[in-house]
Amino acid sequence: MKPLTPFLRSSTIRLSLIYMLLFGMSVMILMAFIYWSTAAYMTKQMDYQIEADIKALVEHYELRGLGGLTNLLRKRLSSKPVGTSLYLLTTDQFIPLLGNLDQWPLEKKDENGWVNFRLENINENNEIHHARARSFYLPGNLFLLVGKDIHDLQKTKKLIIHTLIWGLLITIVLAAAGGIMMSKSMLRRIESINSTSVEIMSGDLAKRIPTRNSNDDFDVLASNLNTMLDRIQELMEGVRRVSDNIAHDLRTPLSRLKSHLDHLNNKRIEEEAKDVLEKAIVEADGLLNTFNALLHIARIENSNLQENFTALSLNEVLMDVVELYEPLSEVKQQTLTLNIETPATIWGYRDLLVQAFANLLDNAIKYTPEQGSITIELVLKKQRVILSFADSGAGIPSEARKKVFQRFFRLEESRNTAGNGLGLSLVFAVAKLHRFDIQLLDNDPGLRVECCLPLYQEAIS
Amino acid sequence: MHLLVVEDDIQAAQYLVKGLSENGHTVDHEADGKSGLFMALENSYDVIIMDRMLPNLDGLSAIKTIRASGNTTPVMILSALGEVDDRVHGLRAGGDDYLVKPFAFAELLARLDVLSRRQGDIKQPETALKVADLEMDLLSHSVKRAGQNIDLQPREFRLLEYLMRNQGQIITRTMLLENVWNFHFDPQTNVIDVHISRLRNKIDKNFDKPLLQTVRGVGYTMKADD
Repeated sequence: MKPLTPFLRSSTIRLSLIYMLLFGMSVMILMAFIYWSTAAYMTKQMDYQIEADIKALVEHYELRGLGGLTNLLRKRLSSKPVGTSLYLLTTDQFIPLLGNLDQWPLEKKDENGWVNFRLENINENNEIHHARARSFYLPGNLFLLVGKDIHDLQKTKKLIIHTLIWGLLITIVLAAAGGIMMSKSMLRRIESINSTSVEIMSGDLAKRIPTRNSNDDFDVLASNLNTMLDRIQELMEGVRRVSDNIAHDLRTPLSRLKSHLDHLNNKRIEEEAKDVLEKAIVEADGLLNTFNALLHIARIENSNLQENFTALSLNEVLMDVVELYEPLSEVKQQTLTLNIETPATIWGYRDLLVQAFANLLDNAIKYTPEQGSITIELVLKKQRVILSFADSGAGIPSEARKKVFQRFFRLEESRNTAGNGLGLSLVFAVAKLHRFDIQLLDNDPGLRVECCLPLYQEAIS
Repeated sequence: MHLLVVEDDIQAAQYLVKGLSENGHTVDHEADGKSGLFMALENSYDVIIMDRMLPNLDGLSAIKTIRASGNTTPVMILSALGEVDDRVHGLRAGGDDYLVKPFAFAELLARLDVLSRRQGDIKQPETALKVADLEMDLLSHSVKRAGQNIDLQPREFRLLEYLMRNQGQIITRTMLLENVWNFHFDPQTNVIDVHISRLRNKIDKNFDKPLLQTVRGVGYTMKADD
């Protein structure tokens, strides 16, 4: 399984970044639009004012002549406050005649006759002011410049830009926070689906993905997955029940068959017939053992055996098992070592634990070649007991490791050795009953079965 | 031996009665718990064979009542359930041995034999055991054969002790596992045979007469050769 956390982190950041960028960009476009429309409107408005002013002045000139125009200009110039209007009347040599500008602006006009220029007569604040004006020729060799001080307009524009930039910054920060929050909550839900599926894959088929009853897409996905899991579990239980039922139903006639054979075996019969009979008995015994083992596992899985749990010394249990099997490994000249770091008391069912450990050790001896080594180790780690059975045999290829706990699964190589393919299924059932974590690892070479179990105090609390 | 079989399954009961009679035992049969209990209390048997699941009164309750009346007749519980927790319950109720169906008949016979002897054995605690020239001192934990000291591991000592205490009787592999190791499962390997052959190497190998003998298809027996 892939580690989840780094992936999760990176996709939180990625998602929120994308979210932030998209959101920030749209806000920026929106703000640029607001700016351009307001600024352009303001400039245009000013141009209109100037043009209207010019129109009025020209009309006045046409009606009243130069005297009328100068009178009107004087009147305007003397009116308090002067406001932002600028006027300059010059000769055709641009020698100022009248107006509130010292000289004709030197800047070039644009094609519509507009000119932007700096104002030289600085006001009381020592600020540099800019102006926008339009000039035209009056019949009679005169030039008239009419304009406006655009300082206030520029100030307003600047204010708008500042406001918009601040708005944008706040929006980006909010978008980032919102993005992180949203993607986190989304990923948290994906994570909960993920972690549940990991648990299910590791064997806990009863696990279900939590839902929030909010009926959103995630809830629908979770409940669909849960329904699927229910169905899978039902099917699996069905298969198991069928095989258990078969075992149960066949056991009775099979045991009768076996009794008959036994009975026959006690009679005086020919030597040749006896041989065949004994072979038949061995076969019947094998079948019965398989059925019994199957039912035994079913029983461990389905009954409430916790009531038989007692506090047990794990070391003593292990020593008993090792003591029983030690001669078998001695026959194969294997080195069998039991390393117990510290004594450990656990909460469990002795008979079943003994059987599970015996199966593990029996397997280790069976699949380790002569003169190989087998090490059983008991280590305490953070209030948990780590019990490992390590051998120097052929090991189990990693792709088969999950399957060996299944009933009747046997590796191709071991089909010819004795056994019914139920030994590890029993181990797994016992481990599940005791809430052990059991793992098959590589011992390089060989197999290492590691059980992680809670100490007595932890288990009962 | 005089035996009482309380078993409701007709086929199983017939099989038991027939087999036991053929092996020289006198057998009474009852098919339900109440009449089984009545017979057990009225007569004196060497061993009572009691099924767990019975009509009228279940096997365990019957055993409890038998024990409550002060009757100490050994009881062999038969069960199809075949689970360790059932065994614990059965023995707690007052049963002396527990056998799971289906079983080999030889296993039942061997166990009945041991059970009936046990009843007679409750004398003073023994301090020494002896089979021919093999002697075991239970106080000093020493073993001698023909006066020669034999060094045994603790478990070998217990194995030999169990065999010597039940000398002359057939002891099955499961009985050894249960009584010497306190393991209640079938290991499906020849592990017991290996232990026996180790013990043989120590007590029989260098002597003329082997005392520890294999009973083909059943188990072992410890006896002085006649």
